Parts: sequence; C-alpha cells; structure tokens
Amino acid sequence: MLEIAQLLIYGLVLGSIIALGAIGVSLIFGILRFAHFAHGDLMTLGAYFALAGIAGMGLPQLAAFALALIATAAVSVGIDRALYARLRRSQPIILLISSVGVALMVRSVIQMVWGPDNQIYSSGIQMPWIVGGLRIKPQWLLIVGGAAALMVLLHAFLQHTRLGKAMRAMADNPDLARVSGINTERVVIWTWLIAGVLAAAAGFFIGLDTRLNPIMGWKLLLPIFAAAILGGIGRPYGAIAGALVIGIAQEMSTLVIEPAYKPAVAFAIMIAMLVWRPTGLFGNRTG
Amino acid sequence: MDLLGLFGYLTFFLSMAAIYAVLALGLNLQWGYTGQLNIGVAAFFAVGAYTAAIATTAPSANHLGGFALPFVAGLVLAMLIAGILALVVGLITLRLRTDYLAIATIGIAEIVRLVLKNEAWLTNGVRGIPSIPRPFAGGSGIADNIAYLGVIVAITALVYLGMQRLFASPWSRVLRGIRTNEDAVTAAGKNVLRFRVEAFVIGSMIMGLGGALYAHFSGFISPGAFDPMFATFVVWVMLIAGGSGNNRGAILGALVIWAVWTLSETLAGALPGDLGSRAPALRIFLIGLLLEIILVTRPQGILPERPPRAIDRSADEQR
Repeated sequence: MLEIAQLLIYGLVLGSIIALGAIGVSLIFGILRFAHFAHGDLMTLGAYFALAGIAGMGLPQLAAFALALIATAAVSVGIDRALYARLRRSQPIILLISSVGVALMVRSVIQMVWGPDNQIYSSGIQMPWIVGGLRIKPQWLLIVGGAAALMVLLHAFLQHTRLGKAMRAMADNPDLARVSGINTERVVIWTWLIAGVLAAAAGFFIGLDTRLNPIMGWKLLLPIFAAAILGGIGRPYGAIAGALVIGIAQEMSTLVIEPAYKPAVAFAIMIAMLVWRPTGLFGNRTG
Repeated sequence: MDLLGLFGYLTFFLSMAAIYAVLALGLNLQWGYTGQLNIGVAAFFAVGAYTAAIATTAPSANHLGGFALPFVAGLVLAMLIAGILALVVGLITLRLRTDYLAIATIGIAEIVRLVLKNEAWLTNGVRGIPSIPRPFAGGSGIADNIAYLGVIVAITALVYLGMQRLFASPWSRVLRGIRTNEDAVTAAGKNVLRFRVEAFVIGSMIMGLGGALYAHFSGFISPGAFDPMFATFVVWVMLIAGGSGNNRGAILGALVIWAVWTLSETLAGALPGDLGSRAPALRIFLIGLLLEIILVTRPQGILPERPPRAIDRSADEQR
C-alpha cells in the first residue's frame, strides 16, 4: 500500500511536468493545426537557460527561473517568425517535418554551448522528508505547486481576457475567428509565448527534480503527445487530465514491468486511445 | 592521401550512399507516393540489420542464433521481419490521421531501441553483434570491399527498377490518389486502408533490406549505431532534398546529402581542439538548417515529382 502511495507521488510530479508540455502542444495544435515535434527540445532549452542564470551569472534560482521563461518564450516566438510563419501556407504536415528539423537544431545548439554531459543546478544532496513512511523531496512541492499555479494563470487568461477568448475562438473555428475581426497573427504570437513559457517551466522542473542533459526534453515528447491526445488534442484542459493519467500510469507500471520499458506505457495508452476514442477522454467533436 | 587510400575511401563512400539510397527509396514509397509520415525509419532499419546479423553469424552464446544462414537468406528474412513489424503497426495506426501516424512511429522506434538495448538474450544488448560475415569475402580487404560494393549497387538498382515499375502502375496511382484526395479514392470504391497498409509494409521491407545491407557492410552492429532520431532524420533530408515522389531524386538526394555529410566531417576534423569536439553537433545543426532552407525555398526538391508517362491500356485492365 505504501509502495503504491509512493508511486502515486512520483506520478503526480511527473504528470505535472508532462502537463506543462502537453498544454503547449495542445494549444499549438489548436491554433496552428500541426503537431509541434520540437516541443521537448524547447523544454530542454528552458532548463539550460536557467542553468546559465544559476551557474553562469550566479542568480538566485527564482530569478534564473524567470530569466528562463522569458528567454525561451522569445526563442519560441523567434522560431515561429523566422521559420514557421514562412511555411504557414504549406500543408500542416510540412510544418511538422520542419519542426523535426528544429528539434534537432535546438538540441545541437544546446550541445555546442553547454556540452553533452549531465549537469545539475546545485550540488549537494537534499534529504527527502519522511512523511508517514513516504519519501517526499522538498522540490516536488515546488514542482507540483508551480505547475498548478501556472495552470491557474493560464485558465484565468483563457477565460477572462479578450486575447484568451480570441485564442479559444480561433481554436474552435479559425475562419470564423478571422472574419469576426480577430487579429490571428497576434493570437499566433501569444500562443508561442505561452507555449514557450510553459515549456521552459517544465524543463526547469525536470532539472530541479533530477539533472539536465541535451535529450531530457526529447525523451518526454512521447508522453507529452500521449497526454495531449488522451485529453483530446487542441484542448488544453484535457491535456492536464491526460498528463496526470500518463504520469501516474508510467510510474505505476513499474509494479508489473521492467522500469526500462516505462516509455512504452505512454505509447500503449496513446495507441489504445487513438484506436478507440480518437477525440480524447472528454471529446465529442470529430478529431 | 595515396591513390589506394583514395580508392578505398571512395568505395566506402559509395557503399554507404547506396545503402542510404535504399532507405530513401523505401521512404519514398511511404511519403513520396502515399503521403505517410514515418518518423520511425530507424526502427525498420535496425530490425532488418539485427535480423540479418542473427541469421547469418556463426552460432554464439551471446545472442539468439546465429544460424549461419547464407547471405541471401538473411536479406529475405530481414525484409520479412521488418514487413511483419510494419504490418502489425500499420493495421493499428494507418486508420489514423497522418500526424498521429508520425507520433506512433516515433513510439515504435523508441520501443525497438529499448528492446535492442535491454533484451540481451536476443541482441547481446549494448555490446552488440560482431563478426557479421560478408558475401564474396576471403580476398584482400580492398577486393572484398569492392565486391561487396558491387552487391550493394546491384541490389539498389533492383530496388530502383522495382520502384519505377510500381510508380507507373495503377497501384501507385491509387496511392497518389490517397495522398491528394482520400475521399475521392474512397468514393471510387477503393479500399483505402488496404492500399495504405500495402505501401507501408513494402516501404518498411525495403528499409529492412537497407538495414541488412548495412549490417554486412559494417560487420558489427549495436544499439548505438541506430540513434533513432538521426538515422531517421538524415533519410528524410535526403528524400526531401532529392525530390519526394521521384525515385531518381531519392537516389540523388542520398548521394548529395551523404557527400555533404562526409565532407562536413572532413572540414570539422580540421577545426582546432575544443571546437573539434563540438563539431558533431554543429554538423547536425547544419543538416537541420539545410532541410529548413529546402522546405522554405524549394519544397519539391532537386528533381520534382513527374507524373508517369501514359500507361498502356493492357496494364490498366488488369485491375
């Protein structure tokens, strides 16, 4: 029983991180109609920007975190302006291929600047708290709390600002949004800003929990897409629920299968979902 | 470099280019003809390579087999196993939209990589499979290399001719129809799923063949040789640069991109100390940049797709 509760905690932490990525993927899909394969590497970039702040400039963690959010959002918009905007008239599938190229380019830049080895934010071992027999690392509270705070902010933005409403309108029906006078390019830029911020936060949280390396984000791409699809791709709220399911399922799976095959669990859930219910857990629209 | 060394290098270069050409031709059937987004090329390549290695090596306690089968049997088995994997994957995922297929193939590539790494009884894990024999071996090193280059080129030519034959066939006309307007093809009474699965399986079998050729070429394979992202990505760049939908384009793309890749290695080797250690990442960055430039400026590639010449009626009536 204790073991299951412990795995549930691991799953919650992993799920929170996946959720931040999956919301971004889902928003981008909703607005721009393509699967953004460079999202994992955007997360990695955010983690390394924070490292540059902490180790390079000696900033406190919170300031480095803010720096990472801003810098990653800027890169995210920059990539869109420099590349994706030029391909907007092509089929979405060309944008997908292009994003695979971006994924590799971002990763190579990270390798060139920071090297291929594992790195950490702060050395020294943090002792986990023992609560009723459960091991809880202090930074997990930060991760789950931080992710929840960002999600609440996003919710407020989507529901209560003009821009957020425009964004939802565009995800529902881009043509209708355009004729009703919504500045669609502005919505696109804000989509990349938000996706960049959330990706950077996810990357920072991975770094906080474990360590940094150039493929840390790429390795999460499959669970992120699984979560986005589970929640019904294009629906940011569904992505959060999907991420928690994927995160907890991946950790729970270690009870029955070898931990090495954890990534396969996300894959299996995703395929089952795509075959039986491609509109997602809460979906009723056609995919 | 002396003449013999240059000759040896040229043999190596052409062998690898021909193997990449086989992979690009397989991808061309899936993406160029049918519009299927397979980002798991490495999976079928690796399955083919491992199948050929297990089939043709001498018996070993370190992995399954080897069964010491002849070279050709290894090739056939490699295509068969890659084809079976593609059939299973295809039947489940080819009903889905093509961007979902892309995500699913990434998953397949990841799972194949995990299996190769973790199932040591089958593949000897990270230590890999050594001493994979080559056909016509036994002479001096360079004569062996040239003989095997001949084998690879002959097989590449066969694959090319087969693909050209397919391209002119009514079968691939249906595939191109699916690519451009799936609903119209359904309305014309074609079983779209069946055509899709056929294209996916045959394309993956060709990739498996490429993997088998590579296994015999390098003589040693391990999971490290199949970085799933890079192996897949480079084949994609080759096909898109050469011209999707055009078989000559696929071969030309393989030659050109492989030349750019090896040339960049030579140039990177000349970089001083610290820069040299970061050169591999720089090379991947430049290949990525090349892809983006092609996508923005010339998405049809060097040799654009050309519809086949008028098909003679007798072939038309067979369907």
